[in-house]
Amino acid sequence: MDHRPQAWGRPRDDVYGAYDASYLNHSAPKTATQSPIVTGTSVIAIKFKDGVVMAADNLASYGSLARFTDVKRLRTFLSASVVGFGGDVSDMQFLDRHLNELAIDEAYEHETTASVSGPAPGQLNAANLHKYLSKLMYRRRNDFDPLWNQILVAGVDGAQQPFLASVDLRGTTFTSPSLATGFGAMLAQPIMRRYAATEEDAAKLTRDQAVDIVKECMKVLFYRDARSLDRYSIAVVTREGVELKEDEQLEKQSWAFAERIRGYGTQTV
Amino acid sequence: MAAMFSQNPLMNGPNYSFNDAPTVNAPEGARQHRFDPYTDNGGSTLAIAGADFTVMAGDTRLTSGYSINSRHHPKLFKIGGTTADQKDATLVLSVVGFAADGEALKERLDVICKMYRFRHGKPMSAKACAQRLSTILYQKRFFPYYAYAILGGLDEEGKGAVYSYDPVGSYEREQCRAGGAAASLIMPFLDNQVNFKNQYIPGSGEGHALQERERRPLAREEVEILVKDAFDGAVERHIEVGDGLQMMVITKDGIEEVFLPLKRD
Amino acid sequence: MPGFDFSNYNRNAALHARGVPLPKATSTGTTIVGCIYDGGVVIAADTRATSGPIVADKNCEKLHYIASNIWCAGAGTAADTEFTTSLISSQLELHSLSTGRKPRVVTCMTMLKQHLFRYQGHIGAYLVVAGVDPTGTHLFTVHAHGSTDKLPYVTMGSGSLAAMSVFETQWKPSLTQDEAVKLCADAIESGIWNDLGSGSNVDVAIITPDKTTLKRNYIKPNERSQKLRSYAFAKGSTAVLNEKIIRKEDISDFVSVHEIAVEGGDSMEVDT
Repeated sequence: MDHRPQAWGRPRDDVYGAYDASYLNHSAPKTATQSPIVTGTSVIAIKFKDGVVMAADNLASYGSLARFTDVKRLRTFLSASVVGFGGDVSDMQFLDRHLNELAIDEAYEHETTASVSGPAPGQLNAANLHKYLSKLMYRRRNDFDPLWNQILVAGVDGAQQPFLASVDLRGTTFTSPSLATGFGAMLAQPIMRRYAATEEDAAKLTRDQAVDIVKECMKVLFYRDARSLDRYSIAVVTREGVELKEDEQLEKQSWAFAERIRGYGTQTV
Repeated sequence: MAAMFSQNPLMNGPNYSFNDAPTVNAPEGARQHRFDPYTDNGGSTLAIAGADFTVMAGDTRLTSGYSINSRHHPKLFKIGGTTADQKDATLVLSVVGFAADGEALKERLDVICKMYRFRHGKPMSAKACAQRLSTILYQKRFFPYYAYAILGGLDEEGKGAVYSYDPVGSYEREQCRAGGAAASLIMPFLDNQVNFKNQYIPGSGEGHALQERERRPLAREEVEILVKDAFDGAVERHIEVGDGLQMMVITKDGIEEVFLPLKRD
Repeated sequence: MPGFDFSNYNRNAALHARGVPLPKATSTGTTIVGCIYDGGVVIAADTRATSGPIVADKNCEKLHYIASNIWCAGAGTAADTEFTTSLISSQLELHSLSTGRKPRVVTCMTMLKQHLFRYQGHIGAYLVVAGVDPTGTHLFTVHAHGSTDKLPYVTMGSGSLAAMSVFETQWKPSLTQDEAVKLCADAIESGIWNDLGSGSNVDVAIITPDKTTLKRNYIKPNERSQKLRSYAFAKGSTAVLNEKIIRKEDISDFVSVHEIAVEGGDSMEVDT
């Protein structure tokens, strides 16, 4: 028997010739996503007086193919925070599993009282979760093995104030009264900024106003984002916890502009 | 060639966010698709040292491509305080360039300064911290922090001190320094208004014999006016600068912080 | 030979291959929009021109004259929008003279698309064409490659999505003139605030069957702030190393010298 464990289980040299040892060299770093394959489009969110409203449609695209039409891209964390994922869906599912493990650890660490639905004291709040995810994302970019997502995290921070922040595949983080990923950054963010240009403006919005603004944005995104869907998830997160609706349908669409269109140039009929 | 001149905003500008990875056209014509770990988040910073104070400033806009990510993203950080709110900090770090690297750099330096303070029972001196920051940057020589850092504080004699860095740790103590997107717009203004470069005393001689205007330490009020005017000028001509101005003044009594509005277009 | 001069093409291609960068054209980063209303059509534009991240012109005009009843908003390479619109404008004028009829918007649009298609996108002009002619009110977009669109409301440029978000939330099939002007101005403002390629002021043109009204700097939401102190230098602050005075009388041997009164016009703002 060969004394080197590396040679165990390999084809015998005297029978098959020298083994090509280059297969054993894992000198190149192990990487997963080098470019996104199945993707989700925009995630949008806006702060209001008591919390944050977030929404994302239920579509996962494969290039220009609308591949999966019932993919939930918002998830709750410890009934206290909401995380919205744009970008690669496989990386989203990896992070989802990872956050599930984290949530279980947290639940063991800090007991919850069954009567209260919100977060237990001492557990990770949205600000903590965002910090955790930003470190995770930044580490992965340093390893040249990025998780190809842009993520929004919503909830309340340590001072019980509404919290909303973003982190992307390079670990870049920022906050704003309203945030949007992907196409939404260009199409929905201008709409949301009209209502909440500053933190003070956002603090005056009611829950119903915030929900209406987000629904309006989802409609505009469906009109103009070719990788979007009219079925979407919407979450409202406050100090009391999270209300997540995962199968909403866009309402009151208007295609009135189409009535008088006749061709694209000289056509008149 | 066509691509260079193609001004279709939907092709050249930021389009679909996950298109962020650059598509390099290899010489053979093969299309490569690789992860680029860096981006530029725009913005500009500025620091001026006075006789017994240092003024640090930066705009609060965070950009990616033609979009504004945030209108309120501070670029100035108090370093080395003993508490989370940094109220007993004595140094200020400004970072501009790639925001994630800037954040990481700030946290590294802050942790080191905190550890030093707990071990030695005194805050790190500006000079020591400046040297340490240089080593931190050089340690990542071959995967650099893409951040232009400026460290501000007071030296052992209580004079204002400004240290400026390049991304791989070359540093220098200076009277004033502008960094980031509008550095090339602001720095000549500072040379002229802080160090009185190209200013001569009228009638003091002919040609080369003309005497240079003598340098004098600027008063704090003068410096604060220069900073505001410098940024108002930069906002007019650089698209990535705007929204808000964050200013910190370091004196022996502590660090004062103010936020002023800038144009938002 | 009429048209473009390609004699430097091979030299420039060789220089570029050796790493000499191509010259950077001034681009009008830009938000431009147009909207049809019940009595005519409105087009509007921001006034920022950029060269990379630098603002090249803070108050440029992106609304171009084609004919008295046809106007054009231009995005893309500044020179291309300027020359393409003036070329088509003059051709359309001659066409109108020879036919003895008022120029039509479809004619203008067709000439533009045929011209741009011929140059396969190398002429970087992205245009919103609007006008009123005997056949009615018209609004088109023309892309650099020659494709066109006909819609009741359109946006173009780097701020097109920001502007479109206003139309998609506020547009309705029947609009008064005031409503249409407000809608277009709001759309441009959305581009000014949210798109870094757009900024400064709002220009508006209203075209009706009777007349065209150009409202240059209709909204000025970005007035330059006053500097906190004066930066005027005492006379003699700049060193004079050499001095040579050429008098008017001396130079008039070579050129004719005329005194011209300085006109007000579109002068640049300067601190005193």
